[in-house]
Amino acid sequence: MSVNKKATPMKEQEATERRKNFLEVPLGYTKEEAIIEANRCLQCPTHPCIEGCPVHINIPVFIKAIREENFQLAVDIIHESNLLPAVTGRVCPQEEQCQVVCVVGKIGDPVSIGRLERFVADWDIENRKKGNTLLPKKEAPKGKKVAIIGAGPAGLSCAADLARFGYDVTIFEAFHVAGGVLVYGIPEFRLPKSIVEEEISMLTKMGVKFEFDFLIGRTRTINGFFEDGFSAVFIGSGAGLPQFMHIPGENLGGIYSANEFLTRVNLMKAYKFPEYDTPIKRAKRVAVIGGGNVAMDAARTALRLGAEHVYLIYRRGRDEMPARAEEIVHAEEEGIEFVLLSNPLRYIGDENGFVKQVECIKMQLGEPDSSGRRRPIPIEGSEFTIDIDEAIVAIGTIPNPIIAKTTPGLKTGKHGEILVNENMQTSIRGVFAGGDIVTGAATVITAMGAGRAAAKSIDRFLKGEI
Amino acid sequence: MFKILKKEILGPQMVSMVLDAKSIAKIAEPGQFVIIRVSEKGERIPLTVANFDRVKGTITIVFQKIGKTTYLLAEKNEGDFILDVAGPLGNPTEIEKFGKVVCVGGGIGIAPVYPISRKLKEEGNDVISIVGFRSKDYVFWEEKMKSASNKLLIATNDGSYGEKGFVTDVLGKLLETEKDIVRIFAIGPAVMMKAVADMTLKYGIKTIVSLNSLMVCGMGMCGACRVTVGGETKFTCSDGPDFDAHQVDFDELMKRLAVYKEEEQIAMELFKGGK
Repeated sequence: MSVNKKATPMKEQEATERRKNFLEVPLGYTKEEAIIEANRCLQCPTHPCIEGCPVHINIPVFIKAIREENFQLAVDIIHESNLLPAVTGRVCPQEEQCQVVCVVGKIGDPVSIGRLERFVADWDIENRKKGNTLLPKKEAPKGKKVAIIGAGPAGLSCAADLARFGYDVTIFEAFHVAGGVLVYGIPEFRLPKSIVEEEISMLTKMGVKFEFDFLIGRTRTINGFFEDGFSAVFIGSGAGLPQFMHIPGENLGGIYSANEFLTRVNLMKAYKFPEYDTPIKRAKRVAVIGGGNVAMDAARTALRLGAEHVYLIYRRGRDEMPARAEEIVHAEEEGIEFVLLSNPLRYIGDENGFVKQVECIKMQLGEPDSSGRRRPIPIEGSEFTIDIDEAIVAIGTIPNPIIAKTTPGLKTGKHGEILVNENMQTSIRGVFAGGDIVTGAATVITAMGAGRAAAKSIDRFLKGEI
Repeated sequence: MFKILKKEILGPQMVSMVLDAKSIAKIAEPGQFVIIRVSEKGERIPLTVANFDRVKGTITIVFQKIGKTTYLLAEKNEGDFILDVAGPLGNPTEIEKFGKVVCVGGGIGIAPVYPISRKLKEEGNDVISIVGFRSKDYVFWEEKMKSASNKLLIATNDGSYGEKGFVTDVLGKLLETEKDIVRIFAIGPAVMMKAVADMTLKYGIKTIVSLNSLMVCGMGMCGACRVTVGGETKFTCSDGPDFDAHQVDFDELMKRLAVYKEEEQIAMELFKGGK
């Protein structure tokens, strides 16, 4: 049997069109396209894709179900490992996980596992709208309460598994909606919020409770949960503290952290101001600092808010950018201007305190540093300025220190990350942690994997096994 | 959803509301604030917890109608609900037995000063409070402040009540006569806090201000509220809101407070136009 070496393409909104709107860019497979792509899977006996997936979805089996047009079966198989496939099908870096190890990839493009996952998930959402909700099976109630801190990817997946195990689960979220980075960080055009909401509604249907406007460490401390009758706590509060470069002028008007910029636009819907009350500056010339996925999201968002020029300033070269290849290509297609091997030195403001210029210096790459990437070194005398009226700093986030600060006895590392053992147990008995609060900023699916691992450990802990 | 149990008009454009918020009331301390969101399409704004009752499970917020969100909030009545109230946020004001202290409140800033002076008095400090209003019509919480202080001084800009002048005029005279003041707390408009800071610096008296930066998250994840203190960037919501007044870059704070002036006007005009 010969396999088509080329992956079935997925239709996308044209770059010239999509740069003006917030609608989703990739449009998803049709049923026919999905079946064609599913047929490219060899159903190989080694199935390295399962190992490549951080939550170990039984990939070949769900693909086989697609091939046989048994989409409900495909949904059920994915749901065994992942309750948010419409999310992960869109935002996972499959090219570094399940697809990089795909056997078909040795002779051509790997099977488009992510696109197939999305197809199945979207089919399920449509099917649910018709009233056909099939909930994952739950074990008998165990009569024990577990508190989950943070309704982001780690907390949601931990809660889903614990609910399946029969625990009484409550998620405590600081914002007024669930989703964490899925709702405040990732833009609408990459992950529609209606889809996140629909996926999360599965948890509510499974009996998971949500408490919003609840900031742990302030509204209640970790120890308070035990007083309130919870038997275990999972901390999945993420890496929410935005980093700045601490260069002159960084607090001028018009300079945002990527977190602030994206939270205003995504969570608070500032792109619909004044229909929505949260404002955002509609800048014409925007500098985005950084080369990761968040920088790409910020740049593409600025463009959609009406910017004429969006400069993405990154201190290394294109090949060193940590963003997904797909996101870099999308950004380029839409007209984001890459200013590579350049680093901001200072911002210059006008008389009203708004940014009007960024001064940068050119960089060259030296020897590899601890990250394995070549270290950028400033080139003396190469300073140059760019006229801007907005800057977005997207150079990363570190764990939010509030929980550690308000929880005596909770051990943390030098970047404020919570320290855990192989069972995701923290230094406080009964308290577990996982996701970005432990690893530092990583991906949605890694956090989900950590949430699942923690759920298993919490189950063992509550059974007295660890 | 948080129920409004009591609403009171304190003066022109000034409203106080008692909210049913048990989990917040249980642990709120002077100096802390809440983030509220009035409606589905609303923004998140910070408001100081002006009072709390641990037994009844209530907190009091006091605000001035200055923009769309505060107008929307003021339209709510007893029995209505506020969509979101998150808190208590920020660090409590550091209060211990210092000795003779002065609490300065300007306008709506008097509301957050009240629980601070009350606790200072409870801790055994000799509390002199100075409260300033635009005119007699704006005077509120006089009795409350009197009970929370050993001595209360009142100023109005036009002299229609108390002494004529700004709180700094009263403070200036006080600093000349009272030589054993060890700490000053000042809350009000940024320009007032700056004036107090400039004045007390000469006397070398430690002065604490509670900053009113613009905020979005209130929990340290966005940095909208960043402020320069002692040459370093701090987040008002998670590092503050109290800071050493002599270290705060007030000029930067005032510029940052005005960043959305244009947008605020647009929202307000549409609101007044009934949209």
